[in-house]
Amino acid sequence: MGFRLENGGRLIDRDEALGFRFNGQELRGHPGDTLASALMANGRRLVGRSFKYHRPRGILASGAEEPNALVGLGSGARFEPNQRATTTELFDGLEAKSQNHWPSLERDVGALNAAVAGVAPVFSAGFYYKTFLAPRVAWKHLFEPIIRQAAGLGQAPTEPDPDTYEHFHTHTDVLVIGGGPAGLMAARRAAEAGAQVLLIEQTPHFGGRALVEDETKIDGMSAPDWAARETAALAAMPSVTMRARTMGAGLYDHGYAMLYERVADHRPDAPDAPRHRLWRVRAGQVIVATGAIERPLTCANNDLPGVMLASAVRDYLRLYGVCPGERFVIVANNDDAYRTAIALQAAGAVVRAVLDVRSAATGALADQVRALQIPVLEGHGVAKIRGGKDVEAVETVRLAANGTRAGGGEALYVDSVALSGGWSPVVHLYSHCGGKLLWDDKALMFRPAPERGAPIGPDGGVNTRCCGASNGAMATGACLADAARAGAEAVAAMGLTAPDAALPAVDEPAEQPIEPHWFTPSRDKYAHGTKHFVDFQNDVTAADVRLAAREGYESVEHTKRYTTLGMATDQGKTSNINGLALLAEALDKPIPEVGTTTFRPPYTPISMGAIAGSAKGPLFKAIRQTPMHAWHAEHGADFEPVGDWFRPYCYLRPGEDRYAAVTREVLNARQRVGVLDASTLGKIVVQGPDAPKFLDLIYTNTMSSLKVGRCRYGLMCTENGFLFDDGVVVRTGPDSYLCHTTSGGADRVAAHLEEWLQTEWWDFAVHTANVTDQWVQIAVAGPEARALLTAASTDIDLSAAALPFMSYVEGHIAGAPVRLFRISFSGELAFEIATPASHGPALWQALLSAGQPMGVMPYGTEALHVMRAEKGFIMIGDETDGTVTPQDLGLHWAVSKKKTDFIGKRAQERIDLTRPDRKQLVGLFTTEPRQVLPDGAHAVVETRERGKPMTTIGHVTSTYFSPTLNRSIAMALIEGGAGRMGEELKFPLEDGSIMRATVVDPVFYDKEGARNV
Amino acid sequence: MLMLRCPYCGADCAETELAPGGEAHLTRRGPGSGDADLASYLFQRENPKGVHFERWRHVYGCGKWFHAARCTVTLEVFGTYSAQTLEPPPEIIERIRERRPDWEG
Repeated sequence: MGFRLENGGRLIDRDEALGFRFNGQELRGHPGDTLASALMANGRRLVGRSFKYHRPRGILASGAEEPNALVGLGSGARFEPNQRATTTELFDGLEAKSQNHWPSLERDVGALNAAVAGVAPVFSAGFYYKTFLAPRVAWKHLFEPIIRQAAGLGQAPTEPDPDTYEHFHTHTDVLVIGGGPAGLMAARRAAEAGAQVLLIEQTPHFGGRALVEDETKIDGMSAPDWAARETAALAAMPSVTMRARTMGAGLYDHGYAMLYERVADHRPDAPDAPRHRLWRVRAGQVIVATGAIERPLTCANNDLPGVMLASAVRDYLRLYGVCPGERFVIVANNDDAYRTAIALQAAGAVVRAVLDVRSAATGALADQVRALQIPVLEGHGVAKIRGGKDVEAVETVRLAANGTRAGGGEALYVDSVALSGGWSPVVHLYSHCGGKLLWDDKALMFRPAPERGAPIGPDGGVNTRCCGASNGAMATGACLADAARAGAEAVAAMGLTAPDAALPAVDEPAEQPIEPHWFTPSRDKYAHGTKHFVDFQNDVTAADVRLAAREGYESVEHTKRYTTLGMATDQGKTSNINGLALLAEALDKPIPEVGTTTFRPPYTPISMGAIAGSAKGPLFKAIRQTPMHAWHAEHGADFEPVGDWFRPYCYLRPGEDRYAAVTREVLNARQRVGVLDASTLGKIVVQGPDAPKFLDLIYTNTMSSLKVGRCRYGLMCTENGFLFDDGVVVRTGPDSYLCHTTSGGADRVAAHLEEWLQTEWWDFAVHTANVTDQWVQIAVAGPEARALLTAASTDIDLSAAALPFMSYVEGHIAGAPVRLFRISFSGELAFEIATPASHGPALWQALLSAGQPMGVMPYGTEALHVMRAEKGFIMIGDETDGTVTPQDLGLHWAVSKKKTDFIGKRAQERIDLTRPDRKQLVGLFTTEPRQVLPDGAHAVVETRERGKPMTTIGHVTSTYFSPTLNRSIAMALIEGGAGRMGEELKFPLEDGSIMRATVVDPVFYDKEGARNV
Repeated sequence: MLMLRCPYCGADCAETELAPGGEAHLTRRGPGSGDADLASYLFQRENPKGVHFERWRHVYGCGKWFHAARCTVTLEVFGTYSAQTLEPPPEIIERIRERRPDWEG
C-alpha cells in the first residue's frame, strides 16, 4: 500500500534521491520527506509493534502527535530509540529499525499476548496490580524478571553520546510559538508595532496547515501562497528572528520559555553544529499559536496499519506527494474530514464512502463531496475494521440518534481508513504556565479560558495568550482574526500600538457543527478480542477505561494512572480527550466534572543531551585549583575534591599506595618538617569601626579583646545554636580582622556575615570581603619548621619570644611579601605563610628547596586530617553535622559566658541543648589496636543478632590508623560521652562482626603541647 | 521561574540569580527572650495563600539582600524594597491594597 504520486508534494525535491535503510532494507526517498512519508512512498505501512499486545501498527498521524510509528534511529553510539517517524527528516544514509518485536516485525512471538487476550483478560486495566500478588517471593524471582524482559519501548543506547549539545540564553519582547497561519499573523502584528519578535516553528517549514489547504483562499491567493508570502515578509523584517525545527518545550512563570531546536538531526555529518540546542528564553509577552491535533474515532480495530487521521492523509498527499493507500473509507463527526475526501479523489485514489456519524450531513463540504460522486452515508459509523497487518475491509453500522447501534451495515472492501473525531487545541504550553481551560460542549474541546485565570507577568498583567486553533478558532478566517487580536494585545501590554491593518479576506466554506461521538459499538459482544483503542502507544482500550470506572476510579487523574492512559511518550496527544469522554460517559457525568489531566513539560520528549548542554566531562562542574596545582600534579598528587577545590589527598611516590604515602607524610612532619598547600582555607577580611563589636556577635568567643598582631581560634554558630564553621581569627589592625574559615565553608561564611550585616545590624559600620583566592597559604609544620624558614631567608625574627604561638607578623620569606601566622593544626611547631597568589608557586618552590637538607616533604589533606585527629582537633563536617553544639564537642572554653549576646547564645540555653545525655565528643581506642573502626559505625547499648534492631548511643565521626601512635584512633559522638571514660563500647559492623573500643580522652597526642614551642 | 527587580542595582533578575531567604520582617529574639518567642523566631513561619513578604539575595549579582512583596498564588510581584527596614514601605502597602482590595494585612 502507499505510493508516490506522479505529481504534488509541496515539501519534497523530486530531482534528488536519498538512500536510507529500514530494518536493513534499502529504500529511497527525496529531500523534504519525513521517514514516515518515505516509508509509505515505498509501500511500507507496518512500522512497529505495540507496547503491550505487540499488535502490528502503522503510521497514524503526520506530526508530533504520532503514537505508533516509533523507531530506533542510527546505530552504535548514535543509536536513539523511540523517535517518531513522522517528525524525522529523511537524510542520505538514515538507518531506522522498528521496535518491540521478536524475532521480526512481520512475525512476532509477543503477539501471542493479543491472541490470548481474545479469551482471557490479559493486560486489562490494573493487570499488574491484580495479577502478581502472591506469593510474595515470586515477584522478585519470577514475575519481575519476565515482565522486565518484555516491557519497555525500544532499547537504550549503550555507548556514550558522541554528539555535542548547547544551551542558548536570550531575551525577546514577544515570543510567538508556532509558525502556522496564526503564528505568522500574530508575529507580523507584533513586529509591525515595533516589538522584537522571536517566532519558532517545530517543523522545518513555516505555514502550518496553510501549506495543506490549497482550496482555502486568503487575500485572493491560495493558503500555501499566502503562507509563503507572509513567511518571506517576516524574514525580511530585522526585528523578527525566525527559527524552524524549534519546538516550544515548556512555558514557565513570568515569561520564561524552554525551546528545543533540532539543529543537526537532519544533517548528522554537519561538523560545525551542535545536534540540539536548548533555548532558555525570557519573553516579555508570549503568544501561543500551537494549532490543534486531530482525534481518531474509537471503533473496533482502529489501530490497524492503514488507519490514519484524516488530516494526516491530506498532509501526505499535499506535502510529500504520497498517497497512503488506494481505496479509502473516511469516517467523521465533523466537516473537516470531507476535505480529505476531496484531496484523495483529486490525487486519483478511490474514496469508497464517507461515513458521517451525524444523522445528517448538510454542510457545503459534504455537498462538494457528493458532487464528486462520493457516497456520503449519514448516521453511519464503523462497527469493525477487518484485517491482520493491513486493513482489508470496513464493516459499517447504522447508528441511532444517541450513537448506539441501530442496525447492521455492509462490508466495504478498502485498504485504508481515515478517521476524524474532531480537533483538540494544543493547550499544553498555555497550561504549563498556569493558564486555565474550559470545556466547550459545542466545539467539543478544552480551550483556553483566560477569564478563569491567565498567566501573568511580574507586574500582574497577562503575559501569555493563545490564538488561532490553539485558542479554539478553527476556521481560517476566525483563526487569523484571533491571531491579529493576540498580536495587538501583546504589544499593547508593552505600551506599543499595532498599526491599523485590515484582516485578510478569507474564502472558505462554512462548516456544519461537530457532534459528539466517543465510541462506536461493534457487532460482536463488546468484550475481549474486540479492541477499541483509545491510547495507541500504551495499548489502552475503551474497555479498560470503562473497567476503571466500574472499579470506582472516578477521577481522571486516578484512571490515568490505573489504565496508563496518556502516560506514554506522546502524553496522550491523540487519546486524552477520547479517554476522558469515555470515562465521563461511563460515570454519567459531564466532561468538565471529570476534569482534565495536567499537562507537563516538555511538549514532546527532548534529548537528555540537550538538557545537559555542554555541562559534561570537564565542563560538568567548575573546579577550583590553587596556584600550585600544576606542581602538585607533577609530583604525584592524588587529588580529592574538597568543596569545589581539588586538593592533593597525598603525594604518591613510585610503588606507594595511599596508605603508605599518608604514613610517610605524617611521620615526616612529626619527625622533620612538612609543607601543606593550605590556600583553599577561607579568608575573609572584616573591617570598619564596628568590626570588633560585629565579630563578638558572630563568634561564640570574644574577638574585641584580641590584640593587634594576635590570633584566636573562633567558633561560629547558627542562630539555632549549632556549630557551623571554625577557624583562626587574626587581628590585623584596630579596625581590621582576617577571619580564616574552613575550605568548604568560605562562601557560606561570607554569605552569613553579609546576611547579618545587611538584614539585622545594618547600622554597623563594617565591610567584609572574601579574599580567599587572593592569597596563597602554606603551612610549614614540624620540629624543623623554624630552621626551614631561616634557610629560606627571611627578615622576620622567628624566635619564640618574638613570634610566640598565636601571633602574627608581616615580612618577607624567600623574597616574597608574606603574612606569617604562628598557628598549628598538627600540634607541631608550625607556621602558616600567606603570600599574594602570584608569589605562591615561587615561594612553594623556595620552601621545598630550603627544606631539602632537613628532609622536607609536601603532605596532603589526609596527613593533615590524621595529624589533627591525633591532636584531638575537630573538623567541621566530620565532628559536626548541623545538630552539634560547641559544648557537645567539649569546646566550652571557646564559648564566652561573659558576652551578653552572640548568634546562637539564646538557643544554646534551650532545654534540649543543655541535656546532660546529649551526644558528646569522646576518643576511642579499639581493643585490638590494629583494627580501625569504620567511619560512621554505631555504638550500641546491647548487641543482638544481625538484622535485629539495636539501640544505638552514638557514632564514629573520625577514624584513622595513627602512624604516630602506631595504633588506631577514633573520635565519636556518644550519648553522655563525657561520663563514660574507660567504658568499653560495642560497634556491630556490616559483616556481622562486633568491634570493641574503649572511651578515652579525644586528645591522643601531646596533650601538654610540648612540641609546639 | 520568577523575575524580581533588585532594588539596589536595578537589574531584573531571574530566579536563578537569586537566593531565597524565607519570610521577611522577623524580629530577632536573643538572650533574655522567652521560650515561646524564641520558638516562634526560630521555627514558626508564615505560609500564606496570597500576599507574602519575602527575603531574597541577589547572590549572583550585586550581593545585596532585599525584600519582595509577592502573591504566592498568582506570582504577581507587588514590589521589591530594601531589606533595611522593619516593615514594608507605604508605597508597597498601597500597591497591595490597590491590587488586592480584600487583603487583610
